[in-house]
Amino acid sequence: MRAYSPKQDVQKKAYYNDRFHVVPQVPRANVETNEQFLADVNALKEKFNVLDAYLEKGHLVLYVEPKNNVKVVTFLKEKLSYDMMMELSAIDYIATRGGFEIFYEMLSLNKHKRIRVKCFVEEKEELQSVESVFKMANWSEREMYDMYGINIINHHNLKRILMPDDWYDYPLRKTYPLQGDEAAAWYEVDKIFGKEAREAIGPEIRDAAAIDRYDTTRFSRLGHEVPYGADITNGKEPEHTPLAYQEEGGVKLFGVRLIKELHEDKSVELKKRR
Amino acid sequence: MQQVNRLKPFFENINFEREDNTMVVNFGPQHPSAHGQLRLILELQGEEIVKAVPAIGYLHRGMEKMGENMMYNEFLPTTDRMDYIAATSNNYGFALAVEKLLDIEAPRRAEIIRTMLLELNRIISHLFWLATHALDVGAMSIFLYTFREREFAMDLMEDYCGARLTHSAVRIGGVPLDLPQNWCDDLLKFTDNLNKEIDNYEGLLTENRIWRMRLENVGIISPEMAKSWGCSGVALRGSGFKWDLRKEMPYGIYPELDFEIPYSTSCDSYGRYKCYMQEMRESMKILKQLIPLYKESEPQLMAHAPEYVSAPKEDIMTQNYSLMQHFVLVTQGMKPPKGEIYVATESPKGELGYMIVSDGTPYAYKMKLRAPSFWHTGILEDLLPGHQLADVVTIIGNLNVVFGEIDR
Repeated sequence: MRAYSPKQDVQKKAYYNDRFHVVPQVPRANVETNEQFLADVNALKEKFNVLDAYLEKGHLVLYVEPKNNVKVVTFLKEKLSYDMMMELSAIDYIATRGGFEIFYEMLSLNKHKRIRVKCFVEEKEELQSVESVFKMANWSEREMYDMYGINIINHHNLKRILMPDDWYDYPLRKTYPLQGDEAAAWYEVDKIFGKEAREAIGPEIRDAAAIDRYDTTRFSRLGHEVPYGADITNGKEPEHTPLAYQEEGGVKLFGVRLIKELHEDKSVELKKRR
Repeated sequence: MQQVNRLKPFFENINFEREDNTMVVNFGPQHPSAHGQLRLILELQGEEIVKAVPAIGYLHRGMEKMGENMMYNEFLPTTDRMDYIAATSNNYGFALAVEKLLDIEAPRRAEIIRTMLLELNRIISHLFWLATHALDVGAMSIFLYTFREREFAMDLMEDYCGARLTHSAVRIGGVPLDLPQNWCDDLLKFTDNLNKEIDNYEGLLTENRIWRMRLENVGIISPEMAKSWGCSGVALRGSGFKWDLRKEMPYGIYPELDFEIPYSTSCDSYGRYKCYMQEMRESMKILKQLIPLYKESEPQLMAHAPEYVSAPKEDIMTQNYSLMQHFVLVTQGMKPPKGEIYVATESPKGELGYMIVSDGTPYAYKMKLRAPSFWHTGILEDLLPGHQLADVVTIIGNLNVVFGEIDR
């Protein structure tokens, strides 16, 4: 029986796992250990439902409800002076939890503090755009949509940004394959000539760097030159390859040959540099 | 929402002739002043821009995906290819983020060498910026002068690590090599020379009538706009914020160093130009302070953390246990603790952030690369309308965008 590999997460995995390895956790601190953050969280808790809040490596991490995302971000910007949003994106947890974790990385210029606001959305759930609060979300949310296919609403121009507009699937999802399509070599052949022409035409070469040593029309082998188009597939190369590489009659300018004609029988091979 | 998987030739959908007398100009992606693969779709009323749509993605290599499918040490050389003008800052940002995640610290000498490389790379990047920006605006000779000096700086880089552009000279846990002999003397010679050269550049440009006409009051980023668009680096400092992560949220040995943060309140391209020039001088000031610090530091170059960092080469070659541990680290990779981290450093372009989500396996669960140029390109959408067509190249050049890090 073939080994079963789950399709929900096709990313690269470690080939060996020590059974006895216990993964440590980056230490998380209570919000009370930092006065500034504690005041911010308390101010936020009065207005909104804060699901979780902790400190991780000096960063305040806040979990809020996805329906409140715009209001929370606006509150943080206007009331608590987190006046810049540096980054926003998603983390794919479809395989384990059926959705995405969205994070908003915010910075306060006068408090010198960073916070990360997070919320969890289901795979098909709608998420409000924060573009009206921070203009940087215009491009960031386009990227998030492009890479994860998150259903963002109220964005004025939601289209793909990095991938081509007609791209299928969302590249940063864990389900996105790491290798190309095996059948892709036949797509064009089937479409243009029909399936029955497969044998006559052969698969399309999709590797731009492909090299075929037997193809004498497009490749030449240095030191083993053969005439253009010669068939060497049986491994037999012609015993003699003419040395003259010029066109018949040579290249002429004002009726005079630019380069002298090469007489192969009269040519000598020098053993030593003169 | 778009329709997926339906082939539509998008370029042909743009109307080039309209009722309203505006003209659509397709600028790029192969325009020499587009500084890479930027495609701008400009709507012109006469010579004035009424609408600008920047389109990116022509250099997209899926680095975030690669980051999730490569071990941490494998991914490090890939970061070179983000901001390829200043590769060290990418390496350093990544190494610092992973070090913070692992809770290890690079030895002092390694940190000093890294800072030297960072500042040298900042100078290289700023010289490159000045050269190409001035060339776009029409000052051809500056290009030749700055590229000569940049060449000397790259020679220093080459002396250190052998590479000129993509030098993965920073490792997770330290640096692989000590400085070669006489490198510090060469560096001093270089900085002394560059000081004079920068005076020359400024002599040619700062009060130059054409230069001022082309840059003053062009590309005005208001403070609100800069904050809203997530601008960082000189784009933020040029809008009146004295904000540099090296000073405001310091990392490495920056707290020990004495340097100023140049900023400008004029919000225009000319103010940003002055910031760049001053920043090069400040970087040289830092480099000069680092040389005595280097000389009095201990010679250890890599952090001692056997779980995550391989032992020195001598140990690997002589001691069995070091070899075993090295083998495991190379084939299986290090296993960091479970957790999330966002570490931002000040690259020559702005705030370069690495967000790493680790689930305890040798591969990052999520790697988000925050490249400053991404939003410095996005802002063109708001910045260009109202300007003349000739100002487009000034603004693009002035914002110092690099497409390796925009498209990632």
